[in-house]
Amino acid sequence: MSTKTGIEVSIAIGEVVKLTDADVIAAYPITPQTHIVEHLAELVSNGELNAQFIPVESEHSAMSACLGSAAVGARTFTATAGQGLELMHEVLYVASAMRLPIVMAVANRALSAPLSVWGDHSDVMATRDTGWIQIFTENGQEVIDNTLCAFRMAEDKRVLLPVMVHLDGFHLSHMIEPMLLPSQEEVDRFLPPNQYPLPLDPSKPLAMGDFGPPIVYTEAKWAQEYNLLNSRSTILEVWKEFSKVFGRNYSPVECYRCEGCKVLLFTMGSFSETAMSAIDNLRNQGIDVGLVRLRLWRPFPFAEVRNAFKDAEVLITLDRALSAGGPGGPVSSEIKSALYPLEKRPKVVSFVGGLGGRDINVSGFEEMVKRGIEISKTGSSKEYEAFGVRE
Amino acid sequence: MAKSESELTWKDIEVGCIATEPGSAARYKCGDWRSQRPTYDFNKCIKCGLCQIFCPEGCIYQNEKGHFEANMYYCKGCGICAKECPTKVITMVEEEETDVNKNGD
Repeated sequence: MSTKTGIEVSIAIGEVVKLTDADVIAAYPITPQTHIVEHLAELVSNGELNAQFIPVESEHSAMSACLGSAAVGARTFTATAGQGLELMHEVLYVASAMRLPIVMAVANRALSAPLSVWGDHSDVMATRDTGWIQIFTENGQEVIDNTLCAFRMAEDKRVLLPVMVHLDGFHLSHMIEPMLLPSQEEVDRFLPPNQYPLPLDPSKPLAMGDFGPPIVYTEAKWAQEYNLLNSRSTILEVWKEFSKVFGRNYSPVECYRCEGCKVLLFTMGSFSETAMSAIDNLRNQGIDVGLVRLRLWRPFPFAEVRNAFKDAEVLITLDRALSAGGPGGPVSSEIKSALYPLEKRPKVVSFVGGLGGRDINVSGFEEMVKRGIEISKTGSSKEYEAFGVRE
Repeated sequence: MAKSESELTWKDIEVGCIATEPGSAARYKCGDWRSQRPTYDFNKCIKCGLCQIFCPEGCIYQNEKGHFEANMYYCKGCGICAKECPTKVITMVEEEETDVNKNGD
């Protein structure tokens, strides 16, 4: 039986990682991820979790240590945020290409400069093409549920890929919420032991991370891409199995009061819950609008995205990251590209906002929807609007 | 590995591009980007083996007469052996045009 507990989300992640009986945690502390790895260090130190905690000298080293750990078949966890994720960047590609099942919680944080420890999705978007499975979460329960699911997805023999679980820095990482913490028995029932098929083993030598000359590189990358696209069915299966044990459901794209709506708002991460309240208010004001939220960022859920927006006339998107000098928000840009082949598709109005910890409250989302509807009628000379910027 | 590199499809690639056969890198022909090749006047060779010690590729072996010679499957033509040889046995000459797309020949 799960236990209802009032607990900080970061601490709860540590508790769940403990229940998975992780073997290695290699991490470097960085705001707003710090409490996650601090708590895990405590659990290892006081003997509650029998694991190696590797206190590395940088995030580059953290991810490098995770490669080695996952390569011997050890269950491996790390966590980072913002600049830390950037410092890991080149090693992220190695983890996915070497097909190493590493689970990482990312407490999403803006990127410098100016220096900001607060939340947005700039760090997520910089890792978009690294080949990791990436999941957005909206509240503490979703964070811990998906952390648990992430291990099963990553370690499944049909997948063998690293997984990032994104939680908004501070808005989620430092929030104390009532959560259903799973029991050891439930976790053991849900999560089978990690059995990496080709671990480093002196009695059966093999070489990992060798070089790929032009004659094999294309084939190697396509094998990786095919596998990431194919991981989709296992991701869905894991969420279904999770639902059987814990009774909570997850899917790549999730809707809130969007049936039959001609206007849809599209968000991801913790802001979605605020947006839901805005949707309720707007419906009370007689505005026919629903909310669609992105859960699975990679592999990108093309079918679900197209299905969610097929009957809408106006789609208003909010990105918490800016593709500088480009089309605005990276997620909005991908939504547009996913909708382009459809004969009938909604007008897409893109906003970029909530940068560097700037809040968008309920009335902010109401204003955004109204402004989006207005732009859909008048058109705009801009590719996107910066929401809430002081002129 | 039954197929040569040029025959491998993406479906043949092992998980994570892992090489499961120890020593298989020896089949990789790294001598095909050579722009110069060593030639030998073995009459001058004192069989000191310095060229073998200095060779960064480790591709110099002792032939049946005891002279030191490079394995051209691996020799990259760096010329260090020619530079180090105390009796000037080795002269580097321009490599002839070969079909670089042919592998394993």
